[in-house]
Amino acid sequence: MILSVSCGLCHVTPAPDRNSCPTVSAGEKAEIGVMSAVRSGQHTRPMCFLLLLMILQLGLHTAEGVWPLPQTLISSTERFPLSPQAFYFGYGSQSAARQGCSVLDAAFKRYFYLIFPDYTSGRWNLFSDKNEKDGTLRFSVDKQFTVEVSVDHDDCDGYPNESSSERYNLSVFSGRASLKAVTVWGALRGLETFSQLVYQDDFGSYFVNKTDIEDFPRFQFRGILLDTSRHYLPVQAILKTLDAMAYSKFNVFHWHIVDDPSFPYQSRTFPDLSSKGAFHPMTHIYTQSDVRRVISHARMRGIRVLPEFDSPGHTKSWGKGQPDLLTPCYKGDIPSGTFGPVNPALPSTYQFMATLFKEVSVVFPDSFIHLGGDEVNFSCWKSNPYVRAFMQKMGFGSDFTKLEAFYMENIINITSALNKTSIVWQDVFDYHERIPKDTVLHIWKGTPASYYAELSRMTKAGMRVVLAAPWYINHISYGQDWHNYYTVQPLNFSGTEEQKKLVIGGEVCMWGEYVDATNLTPRLWPRASAAAERLWSDEKQTSNVDKAFPRLQDFRCKLVRRGIQAEPLYVGHCKQEYQGV
Amino acid sequence: MLLKFAVLLLTLALCQANRQPNILVEDVEDVEPAFEPSRFGSLWPLPQKLQISQDSFKLGSGFRIVDGKGSSAGASCNILQNAYRRYYEYIFGGAKRQGVGKSRRSGPSELTELRVYITSADSECDGYPSVNSDESYDLSVVQPFAVLKAPKVWGALHGLETFSQLMYEDEYGAKSINATAISDFPRFAHRGILLDSSRHFLPIKVILANLEAMAMNKFNVFHWHIVDDQSFPYLSRAFPQLSQQGAYHPYTHVYTPADVKMVIEFARLRGIRVVPEFDTPGHTQSWGKGQPDLLTACYSGSAPSGTFGPVNPILNTTYDFMAQFFKEISSVFPDGYVHLGGDEVDFSCWKSNPDIQKFMDAQGFGKDYSKLESFYIQKLLNIVTTTKKGYVIWQEVFDNGVKLNPDTVVHVWIGGGSNEEMSKVTAAGYTTILSAPWYLDYISYGQDWQKYYKVEPLNFNGTEKQKALVIGGEACLWGEYVDATNLTPRLWPRASAVAERLWSSKDVTDINDAFNRLSVHRCRMVERGIPAEPLFSSYCPREYKGI
Repeated sequence: MILSVSCGLCHVTPAPDRNSCPTVSAGEKAEIGVMSAVRSGQHTRPMCFLLLLMILQLGLHTAEGVWPLPQTLISSTERFPLSPQAFYFGYGSQSAARQGCSVLDAAFKRYFYLIFPDYTSGRWNLFSDKNEKDGTLRFSVDKQFTVEVSVDHDDCDGYPNESSSERYNLSVFSGRASLKAVTVWGALRGLETFSQLVYQDDFGSYFVNKTDIEDFPRFQFRGILLDTSRHYLPVQAILKTLDAMAYSKFNVFHWHIVDDPSFPYQSRTFPDLSSKGAFHPMTHIYTQSDVRRVISHARMRGIRVLPEFDSPGHTKSWGKGQPDLLTPCYKGDIPSGTFGPVNPALPSTYQFMATLFKEVSVVFPDSFIHLGGDEVNFSCWKSNPYVRAFMQKMGFGSDFTKLEAFYMENIINITSALNKTSIVWQDVFDYHERIPKDTVLHIWKGTPASYYAELSRMTKAGMRVVLAAPWYINHISYGQDWHNYYTVQPLNFSGTEEQKKLVIGGEVCMWGEYVDATNLTPRLWPRASAAAERLWSDEKQTSNVDKAFPRLQDFRCKLVRRGIQAEPLYVGHCKQEYQGV
Repeated sequence: MLLKFAVLLLTLALCQANRQPNILVEDVEDVEPAFEPSRFGSLWPLPQKLQISQDSFKLGSGFRIVDGKGSSAGASCNILQNAYRRYYEYIFGGAKRQGVGKSRRSGPSELTELRVYITSADSECDGYPSVNSDESYDLSVVQPFAVLKAPKVWGALHGLETFSQLMYEDEYGAKSINATAISDFPRFAHRGILLDSSRHFLPIKVILANLEAMAMNKFNVFHWHIVDDQSFPYLSRAFPQLSQQGAYHPYTHVYTPADVKMVIEFARLRGIRVVPEFDTPGHTQSWGKGQPDLLTACYSGSAPSGTFGPVNPILNTTYDFMAQFFKEISSVFPDGYVHLGGDEVDFSCWKSNPDIQKFMDAQGFGKDYSKLESFYIQKLLNIVTTTKKGYVIWQEVFDNGVKLNPDTVVHVWIGGGSNEEMSKVTAAGYTTILSAPWYLDYISYGQDWQKYYKVEPLNFNGTEKQKALVIGGEACLWGEYVDATNLTPRLWPRASAVAERLWSSKDVTDINDAFNRLSVHRCRMVERGIPAEPLFSSYCPREYKGI
């Protein structure tokens, strides 16, 4: 009880005002919760866990539940009741976006249900009836609360891009909250934060505490890669992932749409690619309208869709619908019947690629296109006499990395001509000196030591970089491996401040060898959320896994409540458990 | 003998491995883990004896599963009638939605009926399966009637599952089945799955879905690790305060008597036993909340520290409580066995307690606390024996030299040295269940099902007589990191690997053939609504829809 009072009075999560608060901080309180939860795995269950529960039950709720942690958050124990019957979203008088703004109008509707999750189920009505009979609580049902949203730019009909501001300020007062942002994308982030501030007491009543938040992302690029080639992911699974991404403030969906095993993208110009290269030409493809649906669903949540058409390796499935695209491998003097990477020696290859990427650049509005370029196996090229002859002609000698570089240069030129920024896997940089300066490099390999070295080299060369190596989340292991994803220090490499600015963000990769619709969601969440906080929040405030644990546990239950099958961090329970199988 | 396999099999993709950072694969060309149809189709677990011919018959929607004339089980046999409907829906569920198969007239190569005969006088239709149940069956698919014969309903259930696995679809969705003769029985009588509903509460729906999946894999024991340190979700009629105080939530996170009944009946209808575990004297923190004085008060120096240890073995009230509690358990759970746990007892709290020290002295136990544990277990076993139940205990009870009844079942779980343990336990003459190699909660990257598949349970030093004491094994999915959100895909199809090891003949060890059959078997589970995760890059004709 003593604890509950002291930490209830002054709760300041982030640093600025922390020193001025002499009482127990949220972080310290949180730590107690963690220790008890961990110990309960053995034989003792300290009382402080009970105390923590009592704090929550007494309604001295604090705003510890925001994930990822805002840059600055000040909240008090003063709380305001919310009622779905008297809750409104509105546009501020100075707002550039008004009623009719597609992104925000849809977001208001979405967040209403996220804020009042049992409103539709009729449970709320049950509670409000009770309240009315009781009489004493009636005021709490009727008091109006308005969230007033103001943005500086009317970008309602645009797409989020690599320089979109996601900054927002959120202040919660009695009867109203004010949310101010530069763009609608920032407003979306603020709405998400607001939805996480709202909580229910044991009787189902909703509350929000007096709160002041200033927030912005640490990194501009915060991505999730899904692989729809090794297993086909039904559109529904992708849309659900986009929902969950918005809850963790991810803003890039890197769609690794095709690869060796299958080619599910239905191309307008080359329909044979999917009709021959997909697992099934009817049921296992993404039609143009599927793709549009994904892009639109993502846009509504402030998420960019970055398509990857990886070449010249990882293209086995392309060869089925596009004859002569791949290099025929030779055994001695004769073709072996197998095929290798894209054939870089034929002009027809570049004509095909130019046409395909022209289509891709129209279908996908984002200014980035991912060109892959990883793991090119040279043995087939080496075996092919025509490729060898081409090498001679070009003066490459026997250095096949030069051939690969030649190929990638051509492809990058194609996308540059389409006014798109190329992003490529690190292999391309490793092999190639003459990469256009505006190309973005994507690090996927190695131990911390080796990716730090790579970060230094790349940024020294003046290139922008996205880091994925520490977040290969398809690699699973027993226990709380989210710690590994949380404690990454993306900028802990040797380099100048200028160099560090070139690290535009990071990405969580869920490669598909062992993942399909049956297990994607629990494998992704909440493990990816750990990376989300690393990419959004201030590293100094969020470096301690024990402090993060109760907040992440709380967030995980919020995901479950929202219908996202997020797996547990450790023993324990959610008030509302997952209702599926 | 080559099966004419249809779309369902052929389309399972063959894909290449790659992009595994930290595990850099070089020159993987031409080393594709290729899927190809098995000559045994998608049968899982593989029957003991089978012959499959190339002759195939069509199954129209006029196809029926019926009681054979002279079968000892008829229309009043709930187990069978429910199973007929279930398997009809498994077989035709997809087609009915598509409206395929309207023609009622049977063609010359059409299979019109599966006739099911229960051949022994007592079908056991209204009974519960037991460790001694006869699960054998013979299945003959010939035209125009397929015949399934089994001495008891339990064998018939397995035969129906096998029949449904023989069915395949052509690319237009038409169902076919090849002429087949199967004679089948399990290698081991105890084929279990342990689920832990204490570390995380598992909603009833999840338990039922996994009982369904168990039946698809011919598992026959649901080991319900229902309570533990973390929570006590079992709502006891005699001691309701146990869950009132000890569950995560007294209403939303408990199993009521009706819930338990539902699980038991659902399992019975699928030939599955429900063996409850009430683990004592350790792993009982949650018991203490609703039952004062049950747990040992730990001391810090000369004063109680406020924390509690294992069950207090020196109080008569403890045994009064246990007698009453297990009396209830023995009537709620019809199975012949109760699992009594007995693992991982931490002695430090007992050591700290002065009353226990006095008791130790009085009993002449000296400083040997395993004697105190034995004392407790011995009294508990006597109590449970009076309820006419057999019991299963974790291996430590045996290791600590507790005197056991000869019919005690010892459950071997400690990894590393489990072969030696199996030798020791069976040499002492005890019936044994193996779980050590099958802790499925331990996950790792890649196809770890192969590890579970390659286990040979009888690979220990011992006589034939010793080996005959091994009645089976269990795959354990402990709940530290598992709840409703991830349980099912984590369990399946990894547990299927264990299922085949426990059912099929010892010489069924071809890992490539297993991959080919299991790939299709997992797609079949997906189609039946079980989110069983993939083995490797591939696809199912009908992907999981439950998102």
